[in-house]
Formats: sequence, C-alpha cells, structure tokens
Amino acid sequence: MKIIRDDFPILSVLENGKPLIYLDNAATTSKPLAVLNAVETYYRMDNANPHRGVYELGARATKAHEDSRKIVGDFLNASSDEIVFTQNATESLNLIAYSYGIEFLKKGDEIVLSVAEHHSNLVPWQRVSKITGAKLVYLYPDNMGHLTEEELDKKITSKTRLIAVAQVSNILGIEIPIDSIVRRARNAGAVVVLDCAQSIPHMIVDVKALDVDFAVFSGHKLYAPMGIGVLYGKKDLLDKMPPFLTGGDMIGSVHEQSSTYAEVPRRFEAGTRNVGGEVGLAAAINYLNSLGWENIKNHEKELMTQALKGLTDIPHITIYGDPSPDKRHGVISFNVEEVHPHDTASLLDSDGITVRAGHHCAQPLMEYLKINSCVRVSFGIYNTKEDVDIFINSLKNVRGLMGYGS
Amino acid sequence: MDLKALYNQIIVENSRAVHNRHKVEHATAVLEGVNPSCGDDITLELKVSDGIIKDAGFTGTGCAISQASTSMMIDLITGKTVEEAKNFLNLFYGMIKGDITDDDQLEVLDDIVSLKGISHMPGRVKCAVLAWHTLEEALDGKTESKGCSDGEL
Repeated sequence: MKIIRDDFPILSVLENGKPLIYLDNAATTSKPLAVLNAVETYYRMDNANPHRGVYELGARATKAHEDSRKIVGDFLNASSDEIVFTQNATESLNLIAYSYGIEFLKKGDEIVLSVAEHHSNLVPWQRVSKITGAKLVYLYPDNMGHLTEEELDKKITSKTRLIAVAQVSNILGIEIPIDSIVRRARNAGAVVVLDCAQSIPHMIVDVKALDVDFAVFSGHKLYAPMGIGVLYGKKDLLDKMPPFLTGGDMIGSVHEQSSTYAEVPRRFEAGTRNVGGEVGLAAAINYLNSLGWENIKNHEKELMTQALKGLTDIPHITIYGDPSPDKRHGVISFNVEEVHPHDTASLLDSDGITVRAGHHCAQPLMEYLKINSCVRVSFGIYNTKEDVDIFINSLKNVRGLMGYGS
Repeated sequence: MDLKALYNQIIVENSRAVHNRHKVEHATAVLEGVNPSCGDDITLELKVSDGIIKDAGFTGTGCAISQASTSMMIDLITGKTVEEAKNFLNLFYGMIKGDITDDDQLEVLDDIVSLKGISHMPGRVKCAVLAWHTLEEALDGKTESKGCSDGEL
C-alpha cells in the first residue's frame, strides 16, 4: 500500500522541517488527488444549481448530485431514496433527534446510549430528553472497553424506544456488538441509530445486513471533503418524519399560509446543496473501492498490531481499552505516566508527528475512565510501518524530555 | 523555535512550583479557571489589601506549560501592586500574541520571558494564558471565570 502515499499531496508537506507523519486520521483524513480533482472538475465543468435550471448545465449538476447519491447508496447497500445528504454526522444525528426523536418519543420512553458516545451522539439526545421527557439510559463498557451481553440485557428493556450508538468508539476504537443490540431492539420495538463516523473508514457498513434503522457518517473522515455528511434511514421511517430544516427545494407547493413537502430524501435537503462535496464523497468511495476493502483491512490491521506491540513494550504507558489488535479499528488512546497529554502531543509534534490530545469530544467517557484527557493515535490507509516506527521511537523519549529518569 | 529547549526551562520551573501550590489564608479572591478544550483546571487564590497583592497561590491540574506559567506568574505578582500586576498582564499578553518582541521591554517579566516561544505554538497559547486570564478576572472582581477558549486572550 506504500505507493498510495503519492496520491495524497498534503503528505509531502514538511512539518517543523520534517516529513509529516499524519496520525490523526480519526479527526479527519487527508484527501487523495482523485477527490481533489473530482471536486475541481465539478466546479469547472458542471456547476449549476441542481433541480432548478432547465438548461443543459443545470441537468448536469442535477446528475452529479443524484449520481453521487446512487454511489453512496450502493456503498451502504441502501437504495438512493434512503440517502440524505447533510453537512456531517453531527447534522445527520440532529436531524434524527429532531425529526424522529422529538416527534415520536414521549415521557416514559427510554433512549439508550453508550457512555463512550461522541458529544455529537449525546448532546442532541439530551435535547430530546429535555423536550419529550424521555429518559437517557447509559450502557457502560467493562474494564476492557467491551459492552457485555449482561449490560445490554440490563439496559435494553421494554421501555427502550431508541438506541443510538457508535459502531466504533472514537477513543476506545472497539467495535460494539451491533448484532446483539439490533436483536434486542427488535424485541423491544426500538429503533437503532448507528453512528458510523469512526467505523466506515475501516470496514464495509452494510445497513441491510446490520438491519439498523438509521446510520450516519461524515465524508471528511472517509477521505472526502469537509462539509459533506450522510444520513441513511429506512424508507418507511423517513416517510413518516417531518422536515428538519425548511426552505427552498424541500417543498411540494407553498402558499401564503401553508406548504406541502417534497418526498424523501428531498424533504430533508433544504436550500442549495454541497454538490461539490457530494461529488468528492462519491470519488472517495470509488477510490477506496478500487484499493479493495480486504487490502485496506489487512493493511490497517498490520499497523494496529505493530503500534500496539510498540506501545505495550514502552514502560509507563497506559492504553485505554482492549489492547488486542483483533478488537480494534483505527485508534489507540493512551497516556504517558506523569506527562500531560498536551505535552506528549507537543513533543511528538516537534518530530513532525501529529496526534490528538484532549477529551476527544467524549467527556462522559473521560469521567468514566477517571481521566481528564488522553493522547490518541489513529491510522489511515496511507500510513506505513515507518510512520509507526517513528511514532514509537519519538514516544520513547517523552518521559526523558519531561525530566523523568525512564 | 526549539521546543525541546522550551520544555527544559518549563521542567525547571515546575520543579520550583511546589512553593506556590497552596491555598491562601484569608484570601480576598478565589477564582477557578478552566480550559474547556483540554480540561486544564486551576484555582487561583489572592490576598489583596491596600492595593497590594500580599499573597497568592494555586491548586489544580494541567499540562506542564499551564502549571509553569501559573507558578512563574505568582512569583512575579506577589508583593506587587494591583496596578503593577495589570501592567504585567498587558506585557504578557503582548508577548504571547507576538505583538511585543523587544527584550528590554519584556525584561520586567523576568523568567516568564522563557515562554516567549509559545507565541509560535498557537495550539498551546491557551495553556500559557489560563492563569493570566484567571488573574485578570480576579483583579476585576469577577467571582466566576468564563474560561479560556481557543484563539482568545
């Protein structure tokens, strides 16, 4: 996979005079030329406002918009009319919270989340809870970061009406037992919202096979531009949901005192859309498909195995969650004993290595782990064994540089 | 800027910080300052009488830069007048923003000039500024800090 580094122009930029070792892929990924060129070509050749102009150029813009939707639908094994374009996973989750949660949940109902949720899959549900009176119930992982069957049995009950969970946590990197969760949801009569922001860069997400009701992700974590996101919803659910944002292009007809709304997915796409972003997302999906998902999985597993081995061999490092490479996708979070994560990250940065430090928009998980913050290293398709070696070697020096003996 | 040299200085400062880590008896101002983006959290305690900062101390947790900056600030302001402290505040902000680079002008900040290099590390400015921001609010008589977010001095 080494050759594909050349597909990503930003990876050849020097940082602090050193080659960039980009290990913050869970925050956002770099964009390949295939994506950059597709976006540029759209704006150079096909730019018009879709669904509006009767002229040929307008038809091309509409085609770019709808072709992108078809590519995303195929990617998720969904039909095109189940795909809504948003600006990111956060907007997708807010759309579900407002147009499904507030509309269909009521006092006495329970919303089940994991304590490991990103704030984007947590704060919207707090709003729903406040407005509807539905109660928030949290799943807690065991000390290895796994959600156990006992925990699912205890929390998913006949009162559960909605379960919103990340397929892979942005801190623990561990995949949740989604099959078990969906099975229990069906028995309880609850809908399942799957946040795939951290999983979809690393695995095929087949929404039909998983049988989830909603799934969301952000394009920018999948090598596509920022500002484009996706909401998948089962057609029968989307059909009965009211609009989220209202305005142009989402209407049937508008009169002074009332309006009718367009069919889904257009009902949820008010205003002029980010067609350049959609085209970029479609190009990213085509690019990843051409690399082959088995190749991507194998490559990332090699990196994960090497990094976990390197990290466990360094003294005074605490890794959060199961340190087995089979259980992890994309991210490892850790701390260096007695060194604040921001200091670790700054010292790595001086060697050209970018990692994230902080609470990673998951403060409830930080509280649960009894830490203020942590360092997170995360991998993408273009990272190499050399990147991991440089990262591990730099990390070995951190305690020494901070004045500790070892 | 050589980040590792900067850290050397900061480590020395932190080993000296112990004497400033304490509560202040009969404090006239106690204010908690928090960086919401990273969880750094310090509580600054001041005893001001007759316009003079008679005693100052801090408790809390944070990165090496925030802790060193807090401790050096306390060394500098203890025994000084409120007006002098406010002057230091302006000089410090000017240095961290990169607006004041003249060493002669910064000389009164003493050891704190070692943090000058932070002005080239936008991601860490808020770490260095937290204590100063909290001091400013405490001297203005605020009883609750609005915290210190990215890009704000």
